[in-house]
Amino acid sequence: MQHKVIDTKDVVIRFAGDSGDGMQLTGSLFADMSAVYGNGLSTFPDYPAEIRAPHDTVSGVSGFQVHIGTDKVNTPGDFCDLLVAMNPAALKANAKWCKPTAMILVDEDAFTDAAMQKSGFETENPFTELHVEDRALIVAPISTLTHESLKDSGMDPKAISKCKNMFTLGMACYIYNRPLEYIYTYLERKFAKKHPEVIEPNKKVLNDGFNYAANIQAIANTYTVQPSGKMKKGTYRNITGNQATAWGLLAASEKSGLPLFCGSYPITPATNILEELAIHKSLGAKTLQAEDEIAGICTAIGASFAGNLAVTTTSGPGLSLKSEALGLAVMAELPLVVVDVQRGGPSTGLPTKTEQSDLNQALYGRNGECPVAVVAAHSPANCFDAAFNAAKIAVEHMTPVLLLSEGFLGNGSEPWCIPSMKDYPEIVPPFALGQLKEGETYYPFQRDPETLVRRWALPGQKGLEHRVGGLEKNHRGVLSTDPANHATMVSERAEKIARIARDIPALEIDGAASGKLLVVGWGGTYGHLLSAMEEVRQDGVEVSYAHFDYINPLPANTAEVFAGFQKILVCELNSGQFADYLRAQFPDSDIHKFNKVQGQPFLVSELVQAIKNEI
Amino acid sequence: MTNLTFKDFKSDQEVRWCPGCGDHAVLAALQRALPLVSQALGYEKERYVVVSGIGCSSRLPYYMDTYGFHSIHGRATAISTGIKVANPDLTVWQACGDGDALAIGGNHFIHAIRRNVDINIMLFNNQIYGLTKGQYSPTSKFGAITKTSPYGTVEHPFNPGSLVLGAKGTFFARSLDVELKLNQEIMTAAALHDGCSVMEFLTNCVIFNDGAHKDLSDPAVKADHTILLRQGEKMIFGRNRDKGLVYDGKKIRVVTIGQDGVTEDDILVHDSHADDMGIHMALADMKGPDYPVALGVIRDVKDITYDDGVRDQVLDVMKKSKIHCVDDLLHSGSTWEVE
Repeated sequence: MQHKVIDTKDVVIRFAGDSGDGMQLTGSLFADMSAVYGNGLSTFPDYPAEIRAPHDTVSGVSGFQVHIGTDKVNTPGDFCDLLVAMNPAALKANAKWCKPTAMILVDEDAFTDAAMQKSGFETENPFTELHVEDRALIVAPISTLTHESLKDSGMDPKAISKCKNMFTLGMACYIYNRPLEYIYTYLERKFAKKHPEVIEPNKKVLNDGFNYAANIQAIANTYTVQPSGKMKKGTYRNITGNQATAWGLLAASEKSGLPLFCGSYPITPATNILEELAIHKSLGAKTLQAEDEIAGICTAIGASFAGNLAVTTTSGPGLSLKSEALGLAVMAELPLVVVDVQRGGPSTGLPTKTEQSDLNQALYGRNGECPVAVVAAHSPANCFDAAFNAAKIAVEHMTPVLLLSEGFLGNGSEPWCIPSMKDYPEIVPPFALGQLKEGETYYPFQRDPETLVRRWALPGQKGLEHRVGGLEKNHRGVLSTDPANHATMVSERAEKIARIARDIPALEIDGAASGKLLVVGWGGTYGHLLSAMEEVRQDGVEVSYAHFDYINPLPANTAEVFAGFQKILVCELNSGQFADYLRAQFPDSDIHKFNKVQGQPFLVSELVQAIKNEI
Repeated sequence: MTNLTFKDFKSDQEVRWCPGCGDHAVLAALQRALPLVSQALGYEKERYVVVSGIGCSSRLPYYMDTYGFHSIHGRATAISTGIKVANPDLTVWQACGDGDALAIGGNHFIHAIRRNVDINIMLFNNQIYGLTKGQYSPTSKFGAITKTSPYGTVEHPFNPGSLVLGAKGTFFARSLDVELKLNQEIMTAAALHDGCSVMEFLTNCVIFNDGAHKDLSDPAVKADHTILLRQGEKMIFGRNRDKGLVYDGKKIRVVTIGQDGVTEDDILVHDSHADDMGIHMALADMKGPDYPVALGVIRDVKDITYDDGVRDQVLDVMKKSKIHCVDDLLHSGSTWEVE
């Protein structure tokens, strides 16, 4: 049979296995390698909440999807070209994500009767049972071959078993004509210090997987995804959303001259931000793993009072616990960034799955009239700018800012053209020190007449002693229960947030400035919506698109943008929270909803359908 | 050397505690102690930050002409921790009540002690919720009759001292609101202690729990019911200074000097700096009618502080790391060029 190498524009690969099979690592390595190769890419880890979920069960399947392209890719892809299934449960959970033309690679050794039964198969042939028998099936005895490959390595059988993901990765590298050098370098770097003895065995098994794939008849064709060369010139790196969030905060620390302080409590899927900041003490970042979520935000509020750039990171349930303290930061008018990497709720909900359902909590989840600024990140790399901008608003406007990220963004990754810090603006804290007129007394809640921002005096600065706290005060910082004063302060705190709109960019329209339909999104649905727009336009549908990075306040031109369209379709991963928020503010616009609350990102195909339905 | 006086620490705000409330006396002691601290350590006024939670005693920051933060119920300890870690040059004083620190804020309290954050916690223990008008607190005596326990409580109280020492606290002192001079001494000792200093002030709530500590404050019985512990001095107490504490190998016992062959030589000498916590725990646990209640600095030992640890680690990593600015960070690890 003649072997063909087919050049293609993009491919989607889904690695799936038991939660202990190393699929997250395998997928990340494939992604990183492709990134270095110059491909555009997007990744989507989809894993269970349990660290080692019950063996061979569908609920314990861990998946990692990677989409690589010749050019920039917007999403991790709806359906895959190659499904790697390390056991029957992985096949069962993921067969539905296979394109009609997909290849399916399985570890034959894992398809024992017991495992088949445990995964709920009722017949002997899993492929016919799942109606995927017509796909290109590669049934390989991966476990046996891995043991064969490493029988002389001196490793114990358990350790050898753990290398089967490398054998699989080797096979995937053959199928997509990926050079192995990157993975060699990775293995050398990762294990050089602690386990140098595992470097060579892993290289061997990777190589043997590659050669095995080359020798078998089952793989008719291999594929290349050649970088188009159209990607923006520059130095690139691969980055996850949580890493980018941490780095954006460090960038804001540098640009403001304020040391970074992060008080946080571990919570999925936000923990990596705290972990990442804990690494970078060389940039002056102090991290405090608090005794609980409340201590996380309260230590941050204390650090803010003392003059640090203060941050707390969490997910939905943690944000609930922080509500009261967030109100304190609003009342004390202290800068604070609260990062909420959203997951499926309510309560513990779906800890490892993505959702956009904390929007109402972010906007309204506190007692009293308690406005905070709310911003959202729209892609893994964009988390850097979103975090930077959140910190800039917090410091310059003396307010807590809620940064909404999502599990999909935090754990997802994409290549990022590395920016230069010289292109980022300075962040200027409104310090009182040196700004007072001769003989002027410092009053903590006296405001700038334009921005309504108060001046910031730090403990340790002579002559600026003052008290802040949760009780209502007048402009001088003296406790006050005067009804008129309370009304004034409530309205000034609200107006201060509203005036942030003067400092944020205008809402951009992708497409015509007026027409029948404006598609609206916010947060991590950006890539999927972008792809959906491309598709509907290819089909000749005229439609415009606007994506919101700033939620409260909204960009100043929002009303103007909305006025140009007969109908607005708000697509979001909740039951319509942003749509309701927009309806309240723009009652004259005809605002429709398209929602998904399954703990999963949109599929481009379902967005395309939803948009066409509105036309 | 500074020349601050108590007037420098008095704010222009009217003190609004009830007449006769024990908090007045503790405030007065603090305003008198801080000039002494400044004299000893050369601290200017702007270095002091007074933090509180919610409750009667938590109004204290408004009455101090220092930087102040009146926060939310139970969270003062977490806020103090953040302030101290962010800027270890500040000297942080915290006012909190028994409900504030030991009920809603119990978690932050024990963890600040465990971490040994260098903050000074003044625990105003009146054994009642005053601001909410008279409900029992975690330190109310078993059986206490209050608005929420009309038939008496059926729960055991915390002894704050045991809690502090159980969390491996490095400094614990106890006193009564009315002991103005002793309180200044304790506050000064707390300031000189590097680490988390907890000072328990047994305060009187004239409205909702009047006379709760009468057994300890009434001049008629005070000498027999309390013992003032002083570093390096014999543990002797009593109206006639004839009672003392001895250690019989198992526990502390009260003895009378001159009886059963007991002489002054047998009496324990207080060593608040002793590393061994056993004796300090026993002293903190003492209560009537069998024992006098211990006042003074019960434990004061050196250990590394959390805020120093955090700062030193940052400085150490700064020295060793190759990443000195965000541009370095962005280009660290694996990158590639697109040309």
